[in-house]
Amino acid sequence: MSATETLPAAAAAPSRAFTGRVTQGHVLRSEWTKLWSLRSTRWSLLFAVVAMAGLGVLIAAVSMGRWSHLSPHDRATFDSIDRSLGGYHLAQLAIGVLGVLVISGEYSTGMIRSSLIAVPRRLPVLWAKIAVFASVTFVLMLASALVAFFGAQAILTEHHVNVTLGHPHALRTLVGTVLFMTATGILCVALGTIIRSTAGAIATFAGLLFVLPGIVDILPSEIGDSINPYLPSSAGGAIAKAIPDAHTLSPWGGFALYCSYTIVLLAIAAWLLVHRDA
Amino acid sequence: MVLWAVVAACGKPYGYGVIDVRGVSKRYGEKLAVDDLTFSVAPGVVTGFLGPNGAGKSTTMRLILGLDAPTSGTVRVNGCAYRELSAPLHEIGAMLEAHAIHTGRSAYNHLLALAQTHGIPRSRVEEVIELVGLREVARKRVGGFSLGMGQRLGVAAALLGDPATVILDEPANGLDPEGIHWIRNLLKGLAAEGRTVFLSSHLMSEMAQTADHLIVIGRGRLIADTSVAEFVRRASSDTNVRVRSPQASELRDVLVRSDVEVQSIEGGLLEVSGLNGEQIGEIALRARIVISELTPQQATLEEAFMSLTGDSVEYRASAAAGEESESQSSENVGAAA
Repeated sequence: MSATETLPAAAAAPSRAFTGRVTQGHVLRSEWTKLWSLRSTRWSLLFAVVAMAGLGVLIAAVSMGRWSHLSPHDRATFDSIDRSLGGYHLAQLAIGVLGVLVISGEYSTGMIRSSLIAVPRRLPVLWAKIAVFASVTFVLMLASALVAFFGAQAILTEHHVNVTLGHPHALRTLVGTVLFMTATGILCVALGTIIRSTAGAIATFAGLLFVLPGIVDILPSEIGDSINPYLPSSAGGAIAKAIPDAHTLSPWGGFALYCSYTIVLLAIAAWLLVHRDA
Repeated sequence: MVLWAVVAACGKPYGYGVIDVRGVSKRYGEKLAVDDLTFSVAPGVVTGFLGPNGAGKSTTMRLILGLDAPTSGTVRVNGCAYRELSAPLHEIGAMLEAHAIHTGRSAYNHLLALAQTHGIPRSRVEEVIELVGLREVARKRVGGFSLGMGQRLGVAAALLGDPATVILDEPANGLDPEGIHWIRNLLKGLAAEGRTVFLSSHLMSEMAQTADHLIVIGRGRLIADTSVAEFVRRASSDTNVRVRSPQASELRDVLVRSDVEVQSIEGGLLEVSGLNGEQIGEIALRARIVISELTPQQATLEEAFMSLTGDSVEYRASAAAGEESESQSSENVGAAA
């Protein structure tokens, strides 16, 4: 089949009224459209917002109602910051699941092939997904966390245990909680890219953040205590707690470690996305 | 280093065809899906990509579109590796067999998201929706679409960038007669606009309607690379000729030789194999025998396809590939001029 050299290059393209090419900015806009045009996105984000903004307020209201039944010790150690932001445990679940779905949903439906045919260099798709999803998560969760904080503090005035944002650790804990959730979202996009199956990636996410701590908990404490600070959940959770637990890393140190885990997973995800058959 | 070499070569006048597949093999685990495949798709014509199910057609298309990487060999689109194209939707529009669409999204948003990767305006999205007749359902979720509507959406996505080349994997698959009619007219329309069309099918009859040129594969290997007419002619070269004559029995006696077989179909009608019509006519003239009808029994495209992709695939593949290279070059010169 070597006698085909006489053929000239491709025929001229039909003239068209528009031209364009793939840029990171264009892919960002595309991923923005993709994110908001799915029902699952809107439900997951609504769930996360309600959980983040509502649960802290609810916990505050219940605490005030039961205040007279609380032991003196409980009253003395009552943490007004952590209580108001307690909704993040639930909100994070929704963010993680949605983070996985952002990419695994494309694999399960076959959409990924359309995406990669349009953007054959592939990595712009991953970066755009992360940028869009992380910013949406950050903005929505920051707004929800502020609602939770001020709503809860308003209720906590009843027994004068309310604090302001100027209180030591208050601002760091609030922003830290939002950063922790945002990083979790990114980590889950990476997991979804690596594992590709929705069920598998969600199971891995739940295992890492919710099951692993339980297993380490039942280890002999001298082993458990030395492992525990480095678990993703403890490392990332350190920044979302006003007063750090014993045997944990410092808030920012822990968060840095959590970000490192995320970056490692992201690097693996990026490499696989480029080198694996789609 | 390998990647760098690809980047460096891209953009230079490569110029063999719109799509150029050279010595490409693809192995999935144990299975060799594509085996040392070489062909090129000429600009401005409809090229059919034909083979039985499982022959490697879809795999080859995935290799062309950069979805899968070949185990060996190179695939180029307009002289570039697909992954190096800076605006692929403008160069080559693709519709894959299994719908590459998120079922939870509306047709409009699906197309919009694809358009936005290239900065293609919304007006063009509306245009292709209109073109494939999906306006009524454009805002509905794709999950509820029928197979035919899904195919139309796939075609809309392929045409989004107004590409000079369109590649379609089994576009007629699972369509009802009306849908097949629509696809056929659409393909003719695309070809009439001067676009290069590369479409796969396992149905020979579809190809007979639309294609100018054929690439036939079986078990991942090239069987034929030829014009449709040439494909049929070659497949029919060893078929029979029917001869009607009032002197049938005399004719039979003069025709029979060691390498010629003559069968009597009915009174006055013979079926001859081993001689062509011209030879039979000459022999009859010399023997002064009257011939009232002389019909080569031309194989249909379907029969030609069956005979080529039957049990003897391995044997025929090498024979056809060697024999075809010359006719391919003359074909392409014709197409280019």
